[in-house]
Amino acid sequence: MSRRLQKWAPAALLLTTALVLTGTLAGCVGSDPHYILTSISGLVSPLDFSMTDEDGQPVTAADYRHQLVLLYFGYTECPDECPTTLTMLANALHTLGPAASQVRVLFVTVDPNRDTTGVLKRYVSNFGPQFVGLRPDQDELTALSKRYRISYHYEKPDKDGNYEVDHSSAVFIFDGRGRARLLALSDNTSQQVASDLHRLLATS
Amino acid sequence: MSPLVTDLRYLLPWQFSPTIFILTAATVALYVRGVVILRRSGGRVGFWRVFVFFLGLGLNYAALQTYVDYLSAHMFWIHRFQHLVLHHIGPVLMVLSGPDRILRAGVPPGLRQVRVAPWIGRSIQILFRVVQHPIVAPILFVGIIFFWLTPSIHFTAMIDTRRFILMNWSMLADGLLFWWLMLAPRQVQGHAAIGYGTRLVILSIVAIPQLLLGAYITLHTTSLYPIYAVCGRAWAVSPLYDQQIGGLLTWIPAAMMSLVGILVVLHHILHDPEATDVRSRRSLAAAAHPAGSA
Repeated sequence: MSRRLQKWAPAALLLTTALVLTGTLAGCVGSDPHYILTSISGLVSPLDFSMTDEDGQPVTAADYRHQLVLLYFGYTECPDECPTTLTMLANALHTLGPAASQVRVLFVTVDPNRDTTGVLKRYVSNFGPQFVGLRPDQDELTALSKRYRISYHYEKPDKDGNYEVDHSSAVFIFDGRGRARLLALSDNTSQQVASDLHRLLATS
Repeated sequence: MSPLVTDLRYLLPWQFSPTIFILTAATVALYVRGVVILRRSGGRVGFWRVFVFFLGLGLNYAALQTYVDYLSAHMFWIHRFQHLVLHHIGPVLMVLSGPDRILRAGVPPGLRQVRVAPWIGRSIQILFRVVQHPIVAPILFVGIIFFWLTPSIHFTAMIDTRRFILMNWSMLADGLLFWWLMLAPRQVQGHAAIGYGTRLVILSIVAIPQLLLGAYITLHTTSLYPIYAVCGRAWAVSPLYDQQIGGLLTWIPAAMMSLVGILVVLHHILHDPEATDVRSRRSLAAAAHPAGSA
């Protein structure tokens, strides 16, 4: 036993050091000193989808190349979280000024049964011209939830048939080449989002 | 959809992995072939041995390739449950069933003749010896739990599919290696074998950091892992409730598994002719049969 211990002690030391180093390196991912928001470069799949837009036209990710895309999942009857997040994004775009024309906020409904294209169009127009409502079919919604690792869950309907949907809270930010770059969380402010969007536009 | 179709959906993979499918199918084929060959040549293979092996294998497969896989990415406590299966329960059951004899018997003759380059064989041997070293193995076993539960690393593992897969593979591989080292009888372990006394020490020591980590997570009053709110929970529960259940799963069953391991090792000590001091066994035997020794 003790001979075995001695024989492999250098290897044990080496491995432990390697482990600690890997841990330290891995811990650095997720933060980029240039940005305030959470960096997701290389972690999240590039922008890719095919859905129906608010005018009933088929659209794909290619239609939003050369623009910064903010991808957010929600539904129009969402009582608090969606309006709060969309308002925060609207404020960020307002802060950004004329450069906001190079940004699109894609609001993807996780409740395509109730959110028809007409409903979506009326809803997103409240927030600004950069906001686009997108409606996936059920298969595409499943594919998106796998691709971006988000969940949605329909609560039991009340006696009037109304129900709530639990869903992700993140805003995925993609650059002009469709690469995933940043993640805005619900505790980020519009100032922080505007500042990072500004930097992203300046460097791409 | 009819209720039956809806229920079957939960048994299908959320993200199909050809690797897991092929490896599981190959293991099943090898094992069944081994059982058939041993039975034909007059060997005995008990029902419970086979049952426990397939229970362990089945649990591992279910944790990776059913709806559990989706839920584990969207609920902290289900993630902890998934790792309890992959890193503890599944491997323990597979090793406890003593599958080495059956799997060896099941290897087809064609595969037996395959020879790899000596340097490859040697490299694998060295790597195996390093990870099965009595100091390295427990560090790896506990370290891998702490590594993936470090909040910043956990965040990236849950948002990046490749890291998520790597995480689950690393837990299963380490679980199989560690519990093989701890629970397999010395005679079948070959060069990697370590003494039963050392195993008792290792099993006692690895329980402690798991207890501390579990307690830390359970008793923490703020959310350590915001990723589940970011990507959405599988259904609506409070983040702290989710975290507490997950913490308890890291805390209590982990210690229980060390206890189970210690009982298994004690069983080995009592039944292994080489394990205890030969002289003390002789004196025990002499004390038991004083007339026979005369």
